[in-house]
Amino acid sequence: VSALVQRLRGRSELGVSVLLAALGALVLVDASRIPTNFTQRGPVGPAAVPVVVGVALLLIAVLLARDVLRGGHGESEMGEDIDLSHPSDWRTVLLLIAAFLANVVLIDRVGFPISGAVLFWGAAYALGSRHFLRDPLIAVALSVVTYLVFSRGLGIGLPAGPLEGVL
Amino acid sequence: MEALSDLLNGFATAITPANLAWAALGVLLGTAVGVLPGIGPAMTVALLLPVTYALDATAALIMFAGIFYGGMFGGSTTSILLNTPGESTSVVTAIEGNQMARQGRAAQALATAAIGSFVAGLIGTMLLVLLAPYIVKVALKIGAPDYLAIMLLAFIAVTAVLGSSRIRGFASLAIGLMIGLIGIDFQTGQQRLTFGIPQLADGIDIVVVAVGIFAIGETLWVAAHLSRRPADIIPTGRAFMSRDDWRRSWKPWLRGTALGFPFGALPAGGAEIPTFLSYVTEKRLSKHPEEFGRGAIEGVAGPEASNNASAAGTLVPMLTLGLPTNATAAVMLAAFIQYGFEPGPLLFEREGDLVWALIASLFIGNTLLLILNLPLAPIWARLLKTPRPYLYAGILFFASVGAYAVNASTIDLMILLVIGLLGFAMRRYGLPVLPAIIAVILGPRAELWMRRTLQLSNGEISGLWSTTLAKVIYLIIAIILLWPLISRFLLRGRHPLAEAAAETGVPVEDQEDDERRAANRPVGEGAARSRVLEAEPPDTDGGRDERSRP
Repeated sequence: VSALVQRLRGRSELGVSVLLAALGALVLVDASRIPTNFTQRGPVGPAAVPVVVGVALLLIAVLLARDVLRGGHGESEMGEDIDLSHPSDWRTVLLLIAAFLANVVLIDRVGFPISGAVLFWGAAYALGSRHFLRDPLIAVALSVVTYLVFSRGLGIGLPAGPLEGVL
Repeated sequence: MEALSDLLNGFATAITPANLAWAALGVLLGTAVGVLPGIGPAMTVALLLPVTYALDATAALIMFAGIFYGGMFGGSTTSILLNTPGESTSVVTAIEGNQMARQGRAAQALATAAIGSFVAGLIGTMLLVLLAPYIVKVALKIGAPDYLAIMLLAFIAVTAVLGSSRIRGFASLAIGLMIGLIGIDFQTGQQRLTFGIPQLADGIDIVVVAVGIFAIGETLWVAAHLSRRPADIIPTGRAFMSRDDWRRSWKPWLRGTALGFPFGALPAGGAEIPTFLSYVTEKRLSKHPEEFGRGAIEGVAGPEASNNASAAGTLVPMLTLGLPTNATAAVMLAAFIQYGFEPGPLLFEREGDLVWALIASLFIGNTLLLILNLPLAPIWARLLKTPRPYLYAGILFFASVGAYAVNASTIDLMILLVIGLLGFAMRRYGLPVLPAIIAVILGPRAELWMRRTLQLSNGEISGLWSTTLAKVIYLIIAIILLWPLISRFLLRGRHPLAEAAAETGVPVEDQEDDERRAANRPVGEGAARSRVLEAEPPDTDGGRDERSRP
């Protein structure tokens, strides 16, 4: 067992293989559930392409796992603001996701001007901004201006929430 | 010339004061967003999609033309003024451009980039005008099996030719095909992969996929590895060039255009290869080869023109065949679908006025870009100083607005997050993004053509290769897939990269790579990038060295 653990260490990329295999199985199960009945026109039914895609996902999962176990690895993407010399900063990522979800939960309840401000301020906080006056002010200004531009200027409805009539 | 009169009609549609204003707004927004570090042209277009929802189709597409060129130019500004290259297409521009900027020649680097982009965009769009009607005429004659074959070629080409690992490209492709399956089957009305969620029945909106992969995925990925060092930005004045700069720039512009356009128009062209080729060509032809690596203006002029010409080239297959060949074209095609247009050769027939208005606005957007951006360069440079927390918080903010605005539904926001996490994982584990996004867009169309083909042939599988064109395309696909084997056989152990290096005088360090992997990347993005970076003399590489030190 310890040999296996040794072999798996630092191979988190195998998780990609697991994900691909899971997706492949999901697609195949879903395809098997599609009834082939009289509504089908032509020789190829609605399940054919899902079967091909599902099998391809499983096959790629196996080939990728083989590549990883043989020492292959994907090159992480580079960018202007990216510094790969440090380990992943999961705290920032989780805080960002929390800020994103806060907007999802709040948008239909308290309206976009408030939920959007929470999203921006939360995300800026997560990314390390600590101006406790400037950050919320920018967040509120951005959110209110965006709301006004979209709903008044472009005619795209964003929920106003309790601020309906105020803005 | 029929095309020219169509084009003139297009100009008549596009040149109204209101439409000119939309084009100018598009150029300004596109440049402003494109200049922000971390935001490439594809993300610029995706993030600005919602702004165009409220406009009528003509105004929206005209604004798009502006966003398209603005986003492209914004990217090169970033790579000249910042000390690290961003998108792969600006990597080459960054080498000489940043060196020029460090020597106080930022204004000249930006000017040769802007004017070169203008020249390339002008020639590229003219070639589009000349070629498109001819290709449409041919395309209207080909049948269902040919369309299927062309789409499969696009899948295989973006997956197997670009990028450094084929298996990871195919993983990305398969994930994209899976996302494309979600929704109601168009022929039978059966639900596929909807899991009883009614909002999934219409499929996942392509805008949500594009914004999720490009904006959310990128933000989460940057957040996990945010560089804590303040960015080193070089200030600049108004962009201008001296007579000597003009003399040294005009030939590289034309050569870069000649290299960029054909590569853009090919299914797996992309801009990485032509920009790299242009750099190498200019280095070889230059009278001042010793300046290369220390800020040679030819090294900015050529690749930048090549980049823009390639972008114009990608519009040829996109408008005539409905075939996107790079990420920006994919997002633009998503916008077309969003407005209810069926991409493909019929687009020119059914929506001729609109397409010609779009092409006319490409000329207008290109010209506005030049007029606006030369004097505005110092303002764009200041935008680069946007604090990173605000920048990425803003991306999350506008991505959420855009995804919510599609259907006013929070389900879309949840889907956006899931796809964003997928985009994060893809960046982490080196799965290229392009095959996935192209598969989401083209997958359902390829299925449609496949089922039509087999319907026509009564289920006979040979119906798939019943035409000459389809046979030729399948042969090309087979060659691409078997290329690693073929090249090993042909070269008999000669390393393809080593050969290229001998030709260009650029050293290669990839040779200790596992041979199988290296054989996969003779001209891929990764190869071009690493080779170009190695071409820099070590003494001018101080900035990067400091960076890599812990």
